Amino acid sequence: MLTINVNGQDREFDGDPNTPLLWFVRDELALTGTKFGCGAGLCGACTVHVDDVASRSCLTTVGEAAGKRVTTIEGLSADGSHPVQKAWRELNVPQCGFCQAGQIMQAASLLTRNRAPSDGEIVEEMAGNICRCGCYQRIHAAVRLAAGGV
Amino acid sequence: MYHYLEKAARAQGRKIGSEALIENVSRRSFIGGVLKTSGVVLALQVIPGGVADAFEAYPTGAAGMPRGVVNDPHVFVAIDTHGLVTIVGHRSEMGTGVRTSLPMVVADEMEADWSRVRVIQAPGDEPRYGNQDTDGSRSVRHFIQPMRECGAAMRYMLEAAAAATWGVDQALCKAKNHHVVLLKEGKTKGETVETGTRIGFGELAKAAMSLPVPPREKLAFKKPEDFLYIGKGKTPIVDLHDITVGAAVYGADVRLPGMKYAVIARPPVVGGKVKKFDAAEALKVPGVEAVHEIEGFPPPAKFAPLGGIAVVAKSTYAAMQGREALTIEWNDGRHAGYTSTSYREEMVATARKPGKVIRNQGDPDAAFAGAAEVFSAEYSQDHMAQAAMEPPAALARIVDGKIEVWAPAQSPYGTREDIAKALEVPIENVTVHVTLLGGGFGRKSKCDFVLEAVQLSKKLGGAPVMLQWTREDDLQHAFYHTTSVERIEAALDKSGKVVGWRHRTVAPSILSTFAEDSGYQFNIEYGMGFVDMPFEIPNIRCENGQAFAHTRIGWFRSVSNIPRAFAVQSFVAELAHKLGRDPKDMLIELIGSDRKIDPKAAGMPEDFWNYGEPYPEFPIDTARLKNVVNVAAEKAGWGKTLPPGQGLGIAVHRSFVTYVAMVVHAEIDDKGIIRVPQVTAAIDCGLYINPERIRSQIEGAAVMGMSTALYSRITFKEGRVEQSNFSDFEVARMSNFPQKVNVHIIEPTAPAHYPTGVGEPGVPPFAPALCNAVFAATGKRLRSLPAGDRIDA
Repeated sequence: MLTINVNGQDREFDGDPNTPLLWFVRDELALTGTKFGCGAGLCGACTVHVDDVASRSCLTTVGEAAGKRVTTIEGLSADGSHPVQKAWRELNVPQCGFCQAGQIMQAASLLTRNRAPSDGEIVEEMAGNICRCGCYQRIHAAVRLAAGGV
Repeated sequence: MYHYLEKAARAQGRKIGSEALIENVSRRSFIGGVLKTSGVVLALQVIPGGVADAFEAYPTGAAGMPRGVVNDPHVFVAIDTHGLVTIVGHRSEMGTGVRTSLPMVVADEMEADWSRVRVIQAPGDEPRYGNQDTDGSRSVRHFIQPMRECGAAMRYMLEAAAAATWGVDQALCKAKNHHVVLLKEGKTKGETVETGTRIGFGELAKAAMSLPVPPREKLAFKKPEDFLYIGKGKTPIVDLHDITVGAAVYGADVRLPGMKYAVIARPPVVGGKVKKFDAAEALKVPGVEAVHEIEGFPPPAKFAPLGGIAVVAKSTYAAMQGREALTIEWNDGRHAGYTSTSYREEMVATARKPGKVIRNQGDPDAAFAGAAEVFSAEYSQDHMAQAAMEPPAALARIVDGKIEVWAPAQSPYGTREDIAKALEVPIENVTVHVTLLGGGFGRKSKCDFVLEAVQLSKKLGGAPVMLQWTREDDLQHAFYHTTSVERIEAALDKSGKVVGWRHRTVAPSILSTFAEDSGYQFNIEYGMGFVDMPFEIPNIRCENGQAFAHTRIGWFRSVSNIPRAFAVQSFVAELAHKLGRDPKDMLIELIGSDRKIDPKAAGMPEDFWNYGEPYPEFPIDTARLKNVVNVAAEKAGWGKTLPPGQGLGIAVHRSFVTYVAMVVHAEIDDKGIIRVPQVTAAIDCGLYINPERIRSQIEGAAVMGMSTALYSRITFKEGRVEQSNFSDFEVARMSNFPQKVNVHIIEPTAPAHYPTGVGEPGVPPFAPALCNAVFAATGKRLRSLPAGDRIDA
């Protein structure tokens, strides 16, 4: 039996420890804000925080997350008031919205480590998150906007 | 109540829901309470002021769509006694903002306060809502009128109810900001002033909803200067908050008690079948519960499933593990020889020979025979997959013979029809709930994944089953954007004037997905930048060479316009270079005089397809085409001197009856990578509803254009797709995307500039504008897409 703290709550898992964290949070915990986009760490749609660091939940196993703190988009803030979430709304970033949870989690992780990222640092951090609708211009602007409020 | 609906209800009423939710809050409780209306109410005049002429009815292609339009406020609007207005969004939301834009139109016309409006998603029910097939950039184009009529009728009914309450003439009752205010005669004749008395929409709801819907001639439409939301660009999308907190519900996010999860191993070659399979190892995987064969249908089979072996499990991961453990032998069938490299060579050879004549104007043979010089070029493009970030997924269950699905469907009623047909049940026994779509781009118009889920649920005795496609499934079993060769020849006279134009298109057709393949394209594909080529050249011929499909061809955002705009707009710049002309001047000159092109006189085919719109109202207007070129050029500073390694390129294209020009600023960095610091776009889409979302669509179109121009390709080898994930099917990332996209929306200058498409028209001009810019920067001409992002020195 493994214990993983998800969004501040200890959750138990007794299946195959190689199960990707993604499917544990989606199928077992019904936290569906974390998205399945590629299953191979190539698109970033499944990004969550493991001990505050952005991680691809499709490549992180439940075993690896055991004993650690996992934060999903549902747990980033109680009411959507994280500066990154606010910046996203301020700039009307999303189109279809599907990749945005991953984008927001990636951006929040960046700003935790680096309060004033340069344009190049934003690009480097966010280049692993694909947005097929093409919201990159606004994502970039929203990260900069949020940097002022973290 | 299902988990799904509970979740929906929790999310402050802004979640996708179902008809049941609408019924709960709305008319059932109101219609019972009949207001004692007098005949006076309905006999009243339209509010004075002559506003009726502010919005004259005009024909659109909506009439030609299945089940047309509905404008009944009883269908689209409900008001509860607290004044909460519920408006039904009946088109699918895939990122264009339509779930906001159309309800916003209703709210504007009825004077509802947007902060007291919630939007609920309609299930697939076209007899009730009108056409719901969300593709072809048609939603606003077709539904602006019925939604305005719906809102204006609702406003009339609210005012009539207030008039009855107060016992006054309806002309003295005016809806304003979620209330009806009482007017009185002012000091001057005909003038009215507010009395200060007012009633809220909530108080009037019961009475208003019980009134009959007034006929259109009784409706007073708002003047544009009175719009609250239309054209303002200040209304965020209704799902914005939910998206940022992870509460927005997409196809794979619906949860039902006891639901199973499944994936399918599909034949690697289209039309292939299972020869034999062994599920023993798969069934040993913990969590795997069942393995079933899915019936497949070789093309042409519309959207019927490809078939294969389904693994059903307690979790998605277990299902995937089970699929890995399957042993399957396939019969590949007749498309096992499909290899892109040799197919390309065949298409090129075909394009160099005469094809079927689709458009003929003047005497092109004589023009080419007498030409001082003939200039020609060939342009090609590989297949692409739509690759929406949300891979296809659908949930299905069957209870007492009633089939219920939740799916990110672009065409929910079409999906419902196909389910009813596949399972041979009456359509009344099928319900299709529409979730948000995590991108569509044409892929989710095809309901194969929903049909798979339904077929599987039936095999499981009706148990709820979530069918999940992986990214590999999505890329290897798509309905692909066609692959193409476009060859253009220009006959030049001694002065360098273009006197003849010959364009040959060779590409497997979408029609092959629906009917026996003739190798030829059809009028819809011909109408996308091929026969509607707008240049003022006396002799024009458009020919189509045969190309037979060996995979499933489908539509991809802006469809055949992508290769056509790429070819035609690249060719213009090539011609300009050859003749020592400025590309923008050359483009304007070729478009020629201001005119509305007469398709018949231009030799276009009898069945010329104008995006389904009536031609007189939506003609090819060369003045508007040139205007977007001029605006984009001016705003981009066309003609300015740039440092070495940088260049500007321009392109224009009319698609989905909208005009878009783009100037791309390209820069080759010190590693030889093509970069795009800036795009300047001008779009003329007529009367615009939601400029903020128009901008976002064009910004996104530039990014998708970048993927199309430089990165994305699907190729086949021996019938199998060679790409598998975003590692080899590349798309633009933040590491290289159009950094800044400035969008200039053209103000409609005539009442007849009706709203036109926005979702797709931004894509086609990007690739040629970029390739023209790369040529300006480097002298290297890119004629094959995707071109790759590296220019070798």
